[in-house]
Amino acid sequence: MAGTWVFVEQRDGNVRKVTYEMLSEAKKFGDEVCAVIFGKDVEGLASQFSKYGADKVYVADADVFAQYNTGAFVAQMAAMINEYKPNAVLFAHTFNGRDFASRLAQKLEAGLATDVIGAEISEGKGVFTRAIYAGKALAKVEITSQPILATVRAGVFEVKENAGAGEVIKPAVVATEADVYQNIIEFKPTVSARPELTEADVVVSGGRGCKGPEGIKVVEQLADLLGAAVGGSRAAIDSGWLGHEYQVGQTGKVVNPNLYVACGISGAIQHLAGMSSSKFITAINTDPEAPIFNVADFGVVGDLFKVIPLLCEELKK
Amino acid sequence: MKVLVCVKQTFDTEAKIELKDGKISDAGINLIINPYDEVAVEGAIQLKEKGIAKEVVVVSAGADKAMDAIRTALAMGADRGILIKQDTGADEYARAVALAAVIKEENPDLVLAGHVAADDGSSQVPTRIAEILGWPHINVITDLEITDGKVKCSSEADGGSQVTEVALPAVISTQVSWNEPRYPSMKGIMQAKKKPVATVDAVAVENKTKIIEYSLPPAKQAGTKIEDEPEVCAAKLADFIKNVAKVEVKA
Repeated sequence: MAGTWVFVEQRDGNVRKVTYEMLSEAKKFGDEVCAVIFGKDVEGLASQFSKYGADKVYVADADVFAQYNTGAFVAQMAAMINEYKPNAVLFAHTFNGRDFASRLAQKLEAGLATDVIGAEISEGKGVFTRAIYAGKALAKVEITSQPILATVRAGVFEVKENAGAGEVIKPAVVATEADVYQNIIEFKPTVSARPELTEADVVVSGGRGCKGPEGIKVVEQLADLLGAAVGGSRAAIDSGWLGHEYQVGQTGKVVNPNLYVACGISGAIQHLAGMSSSKFITAINTDPEAPIFNVADFGVVGDLFKVIPLLCEELKK
Repeated sequence: MKVLVCVKQTFDTEAKIELKDGKISDAGINLIINPYDEVAVEGAIQLKEKGIAKEVVVVSAGADKAMDAIRTALAMGADRGILIKQDTGADEYARAVALAAVIKEENPDLVLAGHVAADDGSSQVPTRIAEILGWPHINVITDLEITDGKVKCSSEADGGSQVTEVALPAVISTQVSWNEPRYPSMKGIMQAKKKPVATVDAVAVENKTKIIEYSLPPAKQAGTKIEDEPEVCAAKLADFIKNVAKVEVKA
């Protein structure tokens, strides 16, 4: 049992930043760090991981891995774990990552810590910090089975450059079309120039105070000026001003950007759970007693319809 | 077609979390059906109303009080319930094993469950159940269509959405945006009292994980709050964004 494996999260050759975050963090455990990539025509990607500390890069290249599907990916990873016996395997806590890791963990009859925000891995032992109740509490969880499996939240670990040998290894491809049980009929990418909510450095969110789609437009103008993702409180989502995929909070997404701008959001516990770990929080709200001000580093008591346009002008100066 | 829905009883999402003797305290907390599971219950009932499902069975693994979650689902319109008595300290592996054992016995065509629980946020159990049963699964669905032994789902995906089809029987996990769960009617609540609920013991298996400690995150301190003319507020906020948070402004 040796080595910390990091599964490379990518689509069509675009590698998610969380992959580099995991590789950088894995280096801290002192064990060999390996990137593991499954895909079609992905060999060209292999060279980029050595600079984040990958000593080895396992590349499984085959048609059956052209897009993520649980059956083929689990069959391949289970076979590779059996062959190479890594001490730990880390996945990104994306939709694909948690799907993959959960089914793999059950196949191996192993424990799994999902959405971890802290990790301590040594030989045969993995202890992870998880945010539970959407961040209202924290739990330290030890995995008592082998290998140690976890999915890692994006944006938590710092990307650091480290030299690694980056030796490319091509494992036997054992997964076949027979392992595929999901027929993916269509993938529709979100067409947006804005970053994804869970990976954004800046998030600008709108709530009940937006009063309608016009208010969301005001929020969007500020977001675009800051290169930010747009989010919303439950009130904005329930009113139909934004789709559910934009909801920040306990029944939506948990975000941890460098800057969170809450516009017309009162700060219900449900919402605070999803954004309290942001590094800087600012808020604009007409109600001076709104609970959002209890967590805001900088709060403005005022009308967002007046303050945001002026703020945009100031920012452009 | 028979549809089985897995529900977990969780804290109300508005609940404030406190620790007592190093554990999460449930004193005075309102318990609800996990909001993601509630959507699965609603989806199953709608399948029954459309004549696609003949029977909707609700299963919950947990303490005796999880019976309330089952009764709520029955009041919404599910037909019968099964309470699997299991220690609430059971981890995702142990819960999946317990639920899968009952599902195997019930042999439904479709299993629905929320894709994540609002308490532990693990999002593992439905997928683990599918693996134990050797069935296909689709996670985080926002719509579903049953045709000829297959289920076709729209789901959230990384960087977009997708449409996926699998053969039945299958395990499908639901996103809250799928539907708007109904409130149980008075009549529904009365009828639920007469609907059958079986109680079984969980299959005894060891956890694969161990909780070492619980803690509360450091409380965020309130910073500066200003109340002034909009022009003044905007200028000061702009200064904070540029010079404290050090965010670069796009041209």
